[in-house]
Amino acid sequence: MSGTWISTRAWLMMLPLLVVMVAVIGWPLVDTVRLSFTDAKLVGTAGSFVGADNYAKMLTGSNFQRALVTTTWFAIVSVAAEMVLGVLAALLLNQQFRGRTALRALMILPWALPTVVNATLWRLIYNPEYGALNAALTQLGLLDSYRSWLGEPGTALVALIVADCWKNFPLVALIALAALQAVPRDITAAALVDGAGPFNRFRFVIMPYLAGPLLVALVLRTIEAFKVFDIIWVMTRGGPANSTRTLSILVYQEAFSFQRAGSGASLALIVTLLVTILAVAYAALLRRAAGAS
Amino acid sequence: MLKSIPSALLGATLAGVALTGHAYAETTLNALFMAQAAYSEADVRAMTEAFTKANPDVKVNLEFVPYEGLHDKTVLAQGSGGGYDVVLFDVIWPAEYATNNVLVDVTDRITEEMKKGVLPGAWTTVEYNGKRYGMPWILDTKYLFYNKEILEKAGIKEPPKTWDELAEQAKTIKEKGILDTPIAWSWSQAEAAICDYATLVSAYDGKFLEGGKPAFTTGGGLDALNYMVSSYTSGLTNPNSKEFLEEDVRKVFQNGEAAFALNWTYMYNLANDPKESKVAGKVGVVPAPGVAGKSEVSAVNGSMGLGITTTSKHPEEAWKYIVHMTSQETQNAYAKLSLPIWASSYEDPNVTKGQEELIAAAKRGLAAMYPRPTTPKYQELSTALQQAIQEALLGQASPEDALKSAAENSGL
Repeated sequence: MSGTWISTRAWLMMLPLLVVMVAVIGWPLVDTVRLSFTDAKLVGTAGSFVGADNYAKMLTGSNFQRALVTTTWFAIVSVAAEMVLGVLAALLLNQQFRGRTALRALMILPWALPTVVNATLWRLIYNPEYGALNAALTQLGLLDSYRSWLGEPGTALVALIVADCWKNFPLVALIALAALQAVPRDITAAALVDGAGPFNRFRFVIMPYLAGPLLVALVLRTIEAFKVFDIIWVMTRGGPANSTRTLSILVYQEAFSFQRAGSGASLALIVTLLVTILAVAYAALLRRAAGAS
Repeated sequence: MLKSIPSALLGATLAGVALTGHAYAETTLNALFMAQAAYSEADVRAMTEAFTKANPDVKVNLEFVPYEGLHDKTVLAQGSGGGYDVVLFDVIWPAEYATNNVLVDVTDRITEEMKKGVLPGAWTTVEYNGKRYGMPWILDTKYLFYNKEILEKAGIKEPPKTWDELAEQAKTIKEKGILDTPIAWSWSQAEAAICDYATLVSAYDGKFLEGGKPAFTTGGGLDALNYMVSSYTSGLTNPNSKEFLEEDVRKVFQNGEAAFALNWTYMYNLANDPKESKVAGKVGVVPAPGVAGKSEVSAVNGSMGLGITTTSKHPEEAWKYIVHMTSQETQNAYAKLSLPIWASSYEDPNVTKGQEELIAAAKRGLAAMYPRPTTPKYQELSTALQQAIQEALLGQASPEDALKSAAENSGL
């Protein structure tokens, strides 16, 4: 008796939250699913039912396949670089040295900047006529003439990845640093006494503390990188010759520039599904990691 | 996420039946402008202030976005039930905006005086299927700017009259070692590239569409892209052009690093301003060249208009505001930034003083303005063409093949 009463009361207490969740997440999602089976335009006609046409068109189109490859590359390379850089920065900032506090505060800055500001800043750095990168590389003798970093398909995506890393590695570093602070000093001291080298100390003493938090950072960053839009839109708008057109840019163009709400919705749901698969795979990894430790 | 269509429709209907502002009540208008080229943000604010001084019962909230965001912002606001009363729109959008019921048809609001006074060519900016959806506000085309000092150094007497002559002169400048890459364009993957391409299409007497179907894969459309590619591969064009927008072109020209540049009216007075530019006083401007046997000059219609949205609850005040912004008085006062839409202004010494050269070029250029295709699917066509231009420049595809895939991807 009292058990059911408690659980009913629990549900009642949660009701306001559930209503809000359904309103802000559930309903738009359901409506997007509905839209994705119609040929609705963004403004004007409500559209009619077209079955899975939108999905078939999107999945078989060369634009989607190319954008999927571009997005995957972007996500893998930028996230891998952010993880490595983040851990290295955290290990450095975990040492005792003068100015450590100031450096920590400074490191958060790129991550705290709005993406649009960050993107505009990097556009200036990459500028082919008076950009700092060209000037620096030429003065160091690594370049003999200025290059158009964002104007060449060979370098544009790499240039975007660098800009994205600069903005996002501090987040990984912060998470890693918090984890490092939790490593008991006596264990590291004991490892030193036992004569463990730096690599072994990292692998067997520090890594067990880092693994969980790093996986969380990995999940967050992968999902965000997969959905990347703003930094690319500001810097290249998907150019040159669509070499940096990611899935989110494709969704945006389809739904808003071309105003095909129906096929835009189907594309958005395909992307959502891909990100969900990634998230579920990671969650399984997380559980295994938690079980292992 | 996407808002449901029925509720957007409901919003539009409600807005339609809502009462217009009471004469004494304070009305607030929301207006969307762009933050670049032609009139600056400060100028638009000053023009608006003059309006609110004369109409104290109307308040105008101004919002500025970059040109690249103007179309999508307008459509998004409309898709979510409105937000703006007055919007700035480009010459390429009336077809789509009329088809999707974004702008109000104002044909009946336009007075005889306006019909007679405004340059005939300017009206194409706001027309679709014989109806008018606003007032032309920024009259603009791309001109050929040249650096007088560099031409003189190279021993060139006259600026080029044809595109072939332009290539010849650029070659001379390159060979004499004055500049390595004498020509600058805005060929970034954006609408800017289509404006340069359209200028060349008009010179080569090409067609974008015929009977609503792509016609740019042969004839003038192909000649235009071939010209761009050969100018690029021969090293006469600054290779960074493929990531330039108009502002980048202006900076390069103002630094004296380009002998020739294609750009809008606004560059003329800025490049002649000693505070802004290293080449002040050396800026020459002529209509973009023609092609022997095909055209005298070439010009793209890059004008923009002001219209009332269908979701506006205050169409009367919105129209009043548009009439003020496009009036001859306002246009003449700011003629240094954008040339007036009114025919008689071109005989007014207050307007022409100090920019006689630009006015002379405008008289020929504006008369030859060539429209980009009027189709509700313009955005898709433009995106496909932008890709084709970039692929051809980068050597990923031949101009023929690039244009063929653009035709396939144009949605037409």
